[in-house]
Amino acid sequence: MTVIDAAQAGYKELNEQIRRVKDCTVESCLGQRFLGAGMTDKKITLTGTAGNAAGAYLNGAEIYIRGNAQDALGDTMNGGKIVVYGNVGDAAGYAMRGGAIYVKGNAGYRAGIHMKAYKDKVPVLVIGGKTGSFLGEYQAGGIIIVLNTGEEKEIVGNFPCTGMHGGAMLLRSDCKGIIFPENVRAAAADQEKLKPFLPYIAEFCALFGFKAEKILNSPFTLVLPDSNNPYKQMYVTN
Amino acid sequence: MKKEGQVRIPSGCAISAVISRSGERMSGESIIKSMIPMHDRANGLGGGFAAYGIYPEHREQYAFHIFFNDNAVRAETERFLKEGFEMVKAEIIPTGKIPEITDEPLIWRYFLSPLPSVLASLQLDEKEFVVRTAMKINSGISGAYVFSCGKNMGAFKAVGYPEDVGRFYRLEEYGAYCWTAHGRYPTNTPGWWGGAHPFALLDYSVVHNGEISSYDANRRFIEMFGYKCTLQTDTEVITYIADYLLRRQKLTLEETASVIAAPFWDTISRKSPEEKAALSYLRNMFSSLLITGPFSIVLGFTGGLMALGDRLKLRSMVVGEKGDRVYIASEEAAIRTMEPDLDGIYSPAGGRPVIVKVKEGITV
Repeated sequence: MTVIDAAQAGYKELNEQIRRVKDCTVESCLGQRFLGAGMTDKKITLTGTAGNAAGAYLNGAEIYIRGNAQDALGDTMNGGKIVVYGNVGDAAGYAMRGGAIYVKGNAGYRAGIHMKAYKDKVPVLVIGGKTGSFLGEYQAGGIIIVLNTGEEKEIVGNFPCTGMHGGAMLLRSDCKGIIFPENVRAAAADQEKLKPFLPYIAEFCALFGFKAEKILNSPFTLVLPDSNNPYKQMYVTN
Repeated sequence: MKKEGQVRIPSGCAISAVISRSGERMSGESIIKSMIPMHDRANGLGGGFAAYGIYPEHREQYAFHIFFNDNAVRAETERFLKEGFEMVKAEIIPTGKIPEITDEPLIWRYFLSPLPSVLASLQLDEKEFVVRTAMKINSGISGAYVFSCGKNMGAFKAVGYPEDVGRFYRLEEYGAYCWTAHGRYPTNTPGWWGGAHPFALLDYSVVHNGEISSYDANRRFIEMFGYKCTLQTDTEVITYIADYLLRRQKLTLEETASVIAAPFWDTISRKSPEEKAALSYLRNMFSSLLITGPFSIVLGFTGGLMALGDRLKLRSMVVGEKGDRVYIASEEAAIRTMEPDLDGIYSPAGGRPVIVKVKEGITV
């Protein structure tokens, strides 16, 4: 497998090198943006700190980030897989419309903002730790799962699901004390309701070495948009 | 060339900072390097640094850094300064000629002690007199601009990319216990030397990433108290708000953060009765100083710094720690440049200040 040294290299040059080869490892990344953007048929491993918009418009390739990722990971991603062994910054999965993102650690603000789905294109965002405020802001489709494996007191920050009007969100918590907006319904998820999400939790466990029984032995809350009470804005009352 | 305030350009910026809690002096080399991975967040129309603890031999005097268009205006400004200050030292700020930085004005620094007789006759304290002097020069003497006037600290700024600006001012030759840095991508104004960040007044300095939508509301309020916003850039008003709330109203840093990034009423309503009362008081009392729109700032002051993001967190900010040093930047990559092997790294929540001070008992 090709090894590319990212030290002193700009993102344009790195992406050109990645495009020329099949599978590769890019070592010592230090904030270079757009790595792997739009790529289709390869496996890319990044070490160091991946810059903003890693895997933007990803179209089938797999990206493994052995470190932290910055903001806007998988921006408008169309297909493929991104696996992050550390934490991610703000707006992970921004407007994602296909493929899957698995994060071992925490996510910043606005994870899954404006995710969408169409027919068989159903994006999946799985966060192993906790997330910041505005989780699933304006979520229009797809699946967001937050597992809080670190057993933190607060699984999400303030204002989750603001403007959510599609898709589903599963939180590994009883969500007591979390205030959801009027445009969604949050309810405890029983075995039956958990079923569609089990394959993603199994994949998360396989990727990062967690035990599924242990993760599943906990209350879950499923949040869905309330179609009887459509979209209400937080910023402007109208 | 048109200056700030004459043109509106319809951002992104980069900020970075480091502080040693033990007051250890660091050269500017590391903070300059931290701006390189964030190069694309700026567009070459402004870069700057603030450095604390760099003038220990003149710690009792106010260090005025001034841009002049020519020597005539310099002579005029010096005459004006000598009416109120003893001029302990006047010198050109050393710079290196590099191709990336051009069209530089005359750049001077003065170490000044206010004359006690003048203070007595005006019935002003030293700091207020310094502020009024800076405001008078910036709004009254065309072609002169005071861009730094604190004790034992200094701002250094120019039109260019921050890593070039740092080399231009030879910042690797200074030793500071706290550095802040900025790469500018001007959103509303064309980019002039004076409009680069940091904006400094007394020992307060602000670097800012974002674009505040409350600028005019904030400006109208703060101008009632003698501050003159000469540049129409939003960061200038943040610096004056900090001076007004901290120095004149004597608010704490936490209270100041609760004014400019006040929690939503909805969030306040869920707090304990004491917190509710305190936060409601601050929001009501200083409602015109609420800053809205995206921002992440680092406020530097003697002995410490405060990082703060807007309450919706519309701009990113990361904090890292290693030993007694704390690093703050718009991107994790910048922090890793300064310290690859951190003890910890996290993103502060929107509206929650991160305050770091040099340990008590250490003279900075």
